[in-house]
Order: sequence, then structure tokens, then C-alpha cells
Amino acid sequence: MITNLNPALILVLGPLLIPVLKGNVRTVYTLLLPVLSFVQLYTLPAGSHAEVEVFDLTLMTLHMDRLSFMFAVIFHIAAFIATVYSLHLRDSLQQAIGLVYAGCALGVVLAGDLVTLFIYWEAAAVSSVFLIWARRTPSSYRAGMRYLIIQVISGFLLLAGIILHARAGGSIEFTRLDLNSPGGLLIFLAFGIKCAFPLLHSWLVDAYPEATETGTVVLSAFTTKMAVYALATAFPGTEILIWIGLIMTAFPIFYAVIENDLRRVLTYSMINQLGFMVVGVGIGTELALNGTAAHAFADILFKGLLFMSMGAVLLRTGKINGSDLGGLYKSMPYTTGFCIIGAASISAFPLFSAFVTKSMIMEAAAHEGLTLAWLVMLFASAGVFHHAGIKIPFFAFFAHDSGIRCKEAPVSMLIAMALAAAVSMCIGIFPQTLYALLPYQTEYEPFTFTHVITQLQLLLFSALAFTWLLRQGIYPPELHSVNIDADWLYRKPGAWLARQTLKSVASGEKGIFISIKKLSFEAAARLHRHHGPQGLLAKTWPTGSMVLWVAFLLGVYLIFYYLY
Amino acid sequence: MNTPEKRYWLDKSGNVNRLVYGLYALCTVLILLDFLYHKHTNFPFENWFGFFAWFGFIACVALVLLAKQMRKIVKRNEEYYGDH
Repeated sequence: MITNLNPALILVLGPLLIPVLKGNVRTVYTLLLPVLSFVQLYTLPAGSHAEVEVFDLTLMTLHMDRLSFMFAVIFHIAAFIATVYSLHLRDSLQQAIGLVYAGCALGVVLAGDLVTLFIYWEAAAVSSVFLIWARRTPSSYRAGMRYLIIQVISGFLLLAGIILHARAGGSIEFTRLDLNSPGGLLIFLAFGIKCAFPLLHSWLVDAYPEATETGTVVLSAFTTKMAVYALATAFPGTEILIWIGLIMTAFPIFYAVIENDLRRVLTYSMINQLGFMVVGVGIGTELALNGTAAHAFADILFKGLLFMSMGAVLLRTGKINGSDLGGLYKSMPYTTGFCIIGAASISAFPLFSAFVTKSMIMEAAAHEGLTLAWLVMLFASAGVFHHAGIKIPFFAFFAHDSGIRCKEAPVSMLIAMALAAAVSMCIGIFPQTLYALLPYQTEYEPFTFTHVITQLQLLLFSALAFTWLLRQGIYPPELHSVNIDADWLYRKPGAWLARQTLKSVASGEKGIFISIKKLSFEAAARLHRHHGPQGLLAKTWPTGSMVLWVAFLLGVYLIFYYLY
Repeated sequence: MNTPEKRYWLDKSGNVNRLVYGLYALCTVLILLDFLYHKHTNFPFENWFGFFAWFGFIACVALVLLAKQMRKIVKRNEEYYGDH
């Protein structure tokens, strides 16, 4: 193929033609883009290519090692499957944006320097929000705004960190970074936001379930996994990641048990699975990093599969709350089957994918003598079966019959689910095919008698607990409700504070606001005019206030640039 | 409905009970297997009889009971954020 052409560019620029094409030509062209990009990736030699000189910086826009190759491969598989999944759509914008976003994520994992990384990082944030807005509901619009603001903050932290890092004499090469330097710390936090570290996670559970049926599938594959890749490249063996990861494996499963929106349950289980990967990065041994890479690969497939099955349910029934669903196996038998394969994969049943990937991380923890970490991960493994493995298929397709009778999912959706299920099962049954791609050569044998039996004991006794609790009437019923999480901080007190500040400034209240009033009266009055009598900046998030925030962040960028 | 709907195997409560008994039987067999083979383990406590079985059971019961208590603190009605 073409020397030095970054495959990410094929996915970022190629989709620009999609909206002007029609019918079968468009379908073929859309499907061909990830294939072409993959061929280009496959023919590239390892090492750094595509040097670009910008001002006095030399950018390595394309760097390939075993870890980035592995992530690039799964990103292509995910992009292809998601494209097939969205073929029923007449909304070509969603297909195009989905591929652009995938291309940006690909650009991140292939970036050889921090500046290239930053550019793709921001582009991924901006392109992905359209997958949320494409649902075209007021609540998805507002969730998209909140999502975008947090993504832009991550980009700001990343850029600030890069500038500090470079000024402190570090090169801009994207390689191992020092958490104890101010630049390294800011970059770490930027990665942490996208990787959904505890308390920085709420954008994920807030926004992903608000996206379209296909949008959530695409979103689930890329942003968080490119953050895992970035952490594994820059901060392997950073001990604090073990503790961060452990909290991520444990706390979301409690929320998942009581959450009603089944796609939101899956976002909590995403954080739980990301937790395992983060623990692996924190341990940092070859086995652990292999486990992280392998588990990210497997997770993209089975989480995508679960989101696809729930997307099909949402498309056909218009409902996604556990309390409104049930008995759908009668109407959607194939979707039910694929969902169960996804559930078995995430739960790590023998012969399913997580059994051969997650166990590497646990084994690595055991080798390092991390007893507490191992026990927490064992708890989280039982918990993930409970909330994702059983709850999702049970409340959607079985439980009490909701009386809903609908059509089976569209053929294109079924094909996409079949593909994800097939690749997922292939990993579970022939793990050596996946292990061949791993960054390090290690001996690991998943199918030992002890591993198979102990895992089956763990899972089936978890199922026993579910059955017992359900039959005793102890299991909490699915209820119409929301559960407050970290996003409460900026959706309630944060919004209140913003409103109060603005009100006080604009109406010129006496007291401590007088000096602020003098300084900013004119600007505030203008805002006041543009945003209605009460200045509902935070309440309604109009586009104007978004522009204001972006302008504010850009201003901070500039100040930062001049200071350092 | 005009045509009587097809009755599925799972519609009979007897069959659901059969599945549940099947699960009990499988669990019994699995825990008894602990007598029959030598575990290759990393931690000494893994060798306790049925460690993974009772760990899984207790973990899930504790998870659900704690999550139920959590509802008292975090549960709000659907209009709480005024979004829906």
C-alpha cells in the first residue's frame, strides 16, 4: 500500500464522501473504508514513520509497536462491526461520524508524539458528541453538552500537561512519563477522565445511554480503550493505578444492581471492566500488561455485543428500562441468543473470551502477592456475572412477560451481532490466536483443570445467589428512578452555584458581589440579555453558553501558553 | 388476540422449576468435585473446601443487600434532574 500513509487518515477523511453517495454504492463504500484502512495498517512496518515538521517541532504522526498494533487491529474490527450494525440507518451522518470518530481513536493509538496524540484526542471528543446528539431529544442534547465540556477539559489538561512536560525539558515523544512531575500529573488526569477513574467517571454513565442505538455501540469501543492504551504506554507499573483500578472494579457493580436503564447498567459494567485493565497497567509486569491488552481486545467485542443487543431492543420496542421489558425472547430469539453469548463472555465462562483474558490480570496480581487486590477482583468477577451476565438478559428477554410483541432486529444488526459473537467465541475457544498478538511473549495456559472448576464454582454459585434472592423476594425490583452519582455535583450544586453567581452579578446584589459587579457588570448584563431573565446558564446549556465555555478554555490555554 | 399465542416451554412454571433444580444439582456436583482433585493455587486460602463456591454466593448476596441499602441514599424520582 502507500508508504507512510497513516491509516487513521483513511477513516478520518474517507467518510466525508459518505453523505453524497446513495444506495448500495454508499453501503459498499462505507464498509470498504475500515477494510482499506486495515490493509494499510497491516502493510506498515514497525517503528516510527510519517515525520511532520511543524514550527520547530518534529512530529512522529505514526508509530507502531506491538501494543499499538493490537489496539489498532481491534479498533478496525470494532469499526467494521459497528458500520454493519448501522446499515439500516437512513441517517448517513451517523455512519460517517462513527467512522471519523473511530479514525481519531486510531490516530491516538498510532501517535508517536504527544502533540499528534493531543490533536486526535480532541478530534475524538468533538466528533463523538454527534453520536449523542443524533438521538435528537432534549435530554440527549443536554447530556451531550455535559459530555463535551468534560471531554474538552480532558483535552485542556492534556495540552497543559504536554506544555509543562516539554518546558521541563522532556521530549514530546509519546513514551513513559513521570507521574511525579507537574506535566506528567496533568497528562495522567487527562487520561484518567477518559478512562473513567472514580469521581471522574460520571460523563460516561451520564452520556452514553443517551446516545442513539448505534451511537452507544460505537462510543463503547473507542474513547475509554484509547485511554487504557495511553495509560499502558505512559504509566505502566504506577502503583496508584492498582488502587484506582480496584475501586473501579468494585463500586459500579452496586449501582448496576439498582439501575433500571439497561444501557446504563452496561456503562457501569464498562467501568468495572476498565478497572481490571487499569489494575493490570498498575501491576505493570509483562503478564499484567498482556492481560490488559487482551482484556481490552475482548471487552470491545463483548461489550459491543451487549450494547448491540440492547440497541436492538430499544429500536424495536422504544423502551430500555428493565421495569418495562421482559419476555422478549419470544419476539427476538436471535437477539436473545447473541445477548447471552455476550453475557457469557463478559462473565468469563470457560470457552468464552474473558475467561482467557481477565484471568491473566488476576494471575499477575497473584504472582506479585497482591492478596487484597486479588480478592477484590474475585468479588468484582462474581459481581459482573450478577449484574451484566444475568441481569441484562434476564430482565430484557425473560423475567415477567411484559406483553410486548415486536419484530426481530433488522438483518444488518443481526449480522453485526453474529460477527461480534463469532470473534468473541473464537477468542474464548482458541486463545492462542489472540495471544499471538500480545505485546510480550509469556507462557500462560488458561485451561487448567483448577481454573475451569474454580471459575465454574464462582459463577454458578453466584447464579444460585441470584435465584435464591429472586425467589425469596429479596432481590430489589426494577424501579422507575434515577440514582445520584458523581455527576450530581455539577448538575445540582454546581448548576445552582452558577445560577446564583450569575443572578447576583446581573441584578447587582449588594455585599460581597459588589466588586465583582463593578468589574463584570457589562459582560454580565450582556449574558443576562442573551440568556433570559434568570440567566439559566447551567440549567439549559444553550449553545451560546457552550461557546462561552469553549472560549473561556481557549483563553486559559493562551494564558498557559504565555506563562510557560 | 384473535389467534391463541404459541405457548413456550418456559411459560410453564414446572419447567422453570426444573431449570432451578438443574442449577442446584450442578452446584452440588461442582462443590463435591473439590474432594476429587488437587488444586494448583497461588494463595493458601484457595484450598479451603469450596472456597470459590461460597465466596461467589456470599459476595453476590452481600452485593445485593448492600445495593438495596444504597437505594435509600441515592434513589431519586425520574424527574429529579428535570431532564426527562
